[in-house]
Amino acid sequence: MMQDDLKRQPSRVDGRAKVTGKATYIAEFRFPDLAYGYLVQSTIARGTVRDIDTAEAEKQPGVVKILTHKNAPKLANPQADEDFGEKSRPFFALMTDRVLFSGQPVAVVIADTFEQARYAASLVKVSYNEEKPSTDIRDVMDKGFASGRPRPVRGTPDEAFAAAEVKVEAEYTIPIEHHNAMEPHATVANWDGERLTVYDKTQGVTGVRNYLATNFGIDREKITVLSPFVGGAFGASLRPTPNTLLAVMAARETKRPVKIVYSRRQLATAHGYRPASIQKIKIGADKAGKLNSIIHEAVHNTSSHEDFAEDLVGISRTLYACPNVRTDAKITRTDLQTPLWMRAPGTVSGAFALESALDELAYKLKIDPLELRLINYAETDPDSGRPFSSKELRECYRQGAERFGWKDRKPEPRSMRDGRFMVGWGLATGTWGAFLAPSSARVTLKADGTALVESGTTDIGPGTYTTISLIAARQLGLPLEKVTFKLGDSNLPSAPSQGGSITTASVGTAVQECAQIVQKDLMATESKREASPFSGVPFENIEFVDGAVRIKGRPETAMTIGEVLSRNGLPEVTATHTTRPDFGERAKYATASHGAQFVEVKVDEEIGIVRVTRVVQATAAGRIINPKGAHSQEMGGVVWGIGMALMEHTEIDHRIGRIMNPNLAGYHVPVNADIGAIETIFVPEEDTIVNPLGAKGLGELGLVGIPAGIANAVYHATGIRVRDLPITPDKLTR
Amino acid sequence: MRPFAFKRPAGAEAAVKLVAANKDARFIAGGTNLIDLMKEGVDRPNELVDISRVSLNLIRSLGGNGVSIGALAKNTDTANHPLIRQGFPLLTQAILSGASPQIRNMATNGGNLMQRTRCSYFYDLGTPCNKRQPGSGCGAKDGLNRYSAIFGWSDSCVAVHPSDMCVALAALDATVRIRTVAGGERKMNFTAFHRLPGDMPELDNNLSHGEMILSIDIPANRFQANSYYLKIRDRSSYAFALVSVAVGLEIDKGVIKNARIALGGVAHKPWRAEEAERFIEGKQADAAVFQQAAELALRGAKPLSENGYKVKLAQRAIARALRRAANV
Ligand SMILES: Cc1cc2nc3c(=O)[nH]c(=O)nc-3n(C[C@H](O)[C@H](O)[C@H](O)COP(=O)(O)OP(=O)(O)OC[C@H]3O[C@@H](n4cnc5c(N)ncnc54)[C@H](O)[C@@H]3O)c2cc1C
Ligand code: SF4
Repeated sequence: MMQDDLKRQPSRVDGRAKVTGKATYIAEFRFPDLAYGYLVQSTIARGTVRDIDTAEAEKQPGVVKILTHKNAPKLANPQADEDFGEKSRPFFALMTDRVLFSGQPVAVVIADTFEQARYAASLVKVSYNEEKPSTDIRDVMDKGFASGRPRPVRGTPDEAFAAAEVKVEAEYTIPIEHHNAMEPHATVANWDGERLTVYDKTQGVTGVRNYLATNFGIDREKITVLSPFVGGAFGASLRPTPNTLLAVMAARETKRPVKIVYSRRQLATAHGYRPASIQKIKIGADKAGKLNSIIHEAVHNTSSHEDFAEDLVGISRTLYACPNVRTDAKITRTDLQTPLWMRAPGTVSGAFALESALDELAYKLKIDPLELRLINYAETDPDSGRPFSSKELRECYRQGAERFGWKDRKPEPRSMRDGRFMVGWGLATGTWGAFLAPSSARVTLKADGTALVESGTTDIGPGTYTTISLIAARQLGLPLEKVTFKLGDSNLPSAPSQGGSITTASVGTAVQECAQIVQKDLMATESKREASPFSGVPFENIEFVDGAVRIKGRPETAMTIGEVLSRNGLPEVTATHTTRPDFGERAKYATASHGAQFVEVKVDEEIGIVRVTRVVQATAAGRIINPKGAHSQEMGGVVWGIGMALMEHTEIDHRIGRIMNPNLAGYHVPVNADIGAIETIFVPEEDTIVNPLGAKGLGELGLVGIPAGIANAVYHATGIRVRDLPITPDKLTR
Repeated sequence: MRPFAFKRPAGAEAAVKLVAANKDARFIAGGTNLIDLMKEGVDRPNELVDISRVSLNLIRSLGGNGVSIGALAKNTDTANHPLIRQGFPLLTQAILSGASPQIRNMATNGGNLMQRTRCSYFYDLGTPCNKRQPGSGCGAKDGLNRYSAIFGWSDSCVAVHPSDMCVALAALDATVRIRTVAGGERKMNFTAFHRLPGDMPELDNNLSHGEMILSIDIPANRFQANSYYLKIRDRSSYAFALVSVAVGLEIDKGVIKNARIALGGVAHKPWRAEEAERFIEGKQADAAVFQQAAELALRGAKPLSENGYKVKLAQRAIARALRRAANV
């Protein structure tokens, strides 16, 4: 999007609080008499704790208590978080002597100060009965087992592939990657009699509340979980992490409020990660470029105790029209922490394989990669056969190509240069399902002309505070600054966890509908008032503009909201509302966001250095409610994609099953100097089916095609096809 | 926490006395390396002797373009000093390719020489490491060694020295001026300052405990017009070198009269490629000669399981750095 267009758009409503330090993050909360917990983590990946000697640690000044599996109280009702449900045999810290992964908490030291706790933790001596760990997906890829329901085979893919005129068959691998959000996972827990208050870094306060209620066997009503600001999460806080349970447990045991904050090093095993994956793709086409077979087989790792599965292959079922498709998804066990959703989970990994393979096919066919995608454009969803509620992907290709200058691309690899740099232009496609989940909200209109909007969602960074405020302001006819949105509190009307790019659509719909209910309630009362100018006027003929109510086309009837309230003797008017996704009409359609990514790289071939100099990111995601927020999400997707394509890699010493780069010096993410020009284009979509707002998610979409786009550009520049991420200098200088 | 005493003596003499008297005492200058090591529990001093205010931050001329840079001058100030920018642009380039502006603003020259390896096992108390805990074994040698040495390693340690500045200093024939524990001064050739791991990897260099670096002295030379520092890393900035090369050439009518080539990221110390230097001296400055020199420089390399790429990468880096330095 052009800078000038953006300048006129509203900025983050919480921006000022964030840059002035007024926004409080979890580790900053405190209670009187607070104690600090510090975790001791296992140094082996598999086996049992033989003994824990805490004698020395306990003698240290300030130490209040040390919890280990020997003395930790048993959970009332150990159960996984709701999202994981039945499939898992969840891991609970300190409940057994079993060690399931390196970095597992085996003790928590509680002391008067953080420094005392950390020091005493260093004196806890743990001995183990060690077993040989298995953490390399290569060693266990053949032991994969099917995850989830098998999906139907479309047509006869194997026969079609065998008979295809042109074929591509390749294997793609992606290493484990970590979210590495800025804010560390942290919990501050306080018991007040039977009431529990927990500040927790989470993407879902309701989920954490329910999890604690179940595991500790207490009423949900007695628990308040708060998460007002989240310093980045990307999926890493979609499950409660051990700190949550342990802080609550420690607070109960010590009868003091307890805070536990993970260190950067510890964070690598606090939560899951994008799993390591190996994908095999076969694509067959005729000489004109028409696809006749896609076979996509994927295996990724999970832990030894839980069956975490993400969908790498789904994209191969929906992105292109192809009569014969087979997908096969497996998971395989490793002695690591359970993986977890990480921005665009599954899909970005699958897209790296599919969109790389399609690029390989384009070269074999000598057809322009963009042309190849248009030849196989899916007009309806190939998987369900349903029409799309809206799909402006063709327009994304067209506008993106035009802005990028794609027509000037020379087709041959190694054919474009800029001085000593080899220039490569690549493209890829992204898609992300437009989902909806039931959500609740409360809207209150007040006599001073302001509105309070409340919902128990979270804002992990995409700008939910702003986007939801904008939706409410528009519906209520109020200026943005008159709307306050409260979130991150489990006592508020509940909303789903922030994940899967569903929040704007789901919570936004609840807020919009709830605001309308409030408007109707207010006008119903008003129209019954004697001498009301609105008596007998149908609601459809009434509008809310500039903080006032008026009959459409008759500005002289305008009455401020405050006036309406006071004339009716009301301090305020409020409503709470829950949406249920309407699967009636919607179920007849496929709903998804789409995007096209055009990437330019310049490769310093002699020393293997790739620079992503230019990206045009064209997005079709329904109605764009918060243009600045959307622009920054799509830019962020590109930056993330550069990291995934060129540098991100969790390094594991498989002999000991241990993550060896658990810090930001060793785990590389892009720095400013790695980022070139990024342009975003938003192609408008009118969509009345996807949800009443017409908005689709775009937080994950912006990442999906980028790694493949970069790998494709690198091939175009160098003629080297890297199928194993990340594309580091050593892989280009072999 | 681990308690430690914090002392701020008036001058170098007092500081040396304090550290020499206690084997668990450390000098602290900018703190950018030592504090990290203390937080991770890798180093556990019980006494910190703050020398950051000792007046050893001068950068002064030694005649010709020779210069003495104080051990406590900041990396940033050193890189940007007119005597360095004009006299030793190679050093400016090397310093500015390291760390981040914030860190360079804190980091001192003495601390830069003394900074410890970035080997990930060294930093992780849950793994074996002979350098951190002699006799515990070397995690990296048969483990993750993509970043490790290809020259001069031993079975007990394969770590590399992480500094960029030191690679340039090795190429510039610097000497390190040291205050001894006995109260005198001694000098050490820069190339003799750091050591190879041998069977005592816990020692990074040949400084004795309590000895203090006073300055780094660089003799006059004629490499100004033809020098180059090339650093290859996993991202554009804020990453340690996979391989780096410092080159200084003195060229007369197209003929190389004098050459210095030093490599970073390949050994436990900055690695001088002396055979390659001698090979190009007296020859025409051209790409073919440089290519041969690059191959020669890597001849004795012994890569490990995951760092074989460094051989080719270093060759290419040397060839390019030579071409850049010579403008061919
Ligand atoms: C994230 C990060 C990235 C970095 N990236 C790079 C990089 O890319 N390239 C690079 O070259 N460096 C890099 N560095 C390292 C940085 O250059 C060093 O940390 C710095 O030079 C150390 O200087 P200091 O003054 O802070 O030393 P301190 O931390 O104060 O001290 C380090 C050691 O030196 C000893 N010491 C200090 N002064 C003296 C003296 N005068 N005499 C004797 N002993 C002394 C101390 O006792 C201590 O053991 C990076 C550091 C960080 C934290
Ligand atoms: S290479 Fe050296 S620093 Fe690294 S683990 Fe081995 S002994 Fe330790």
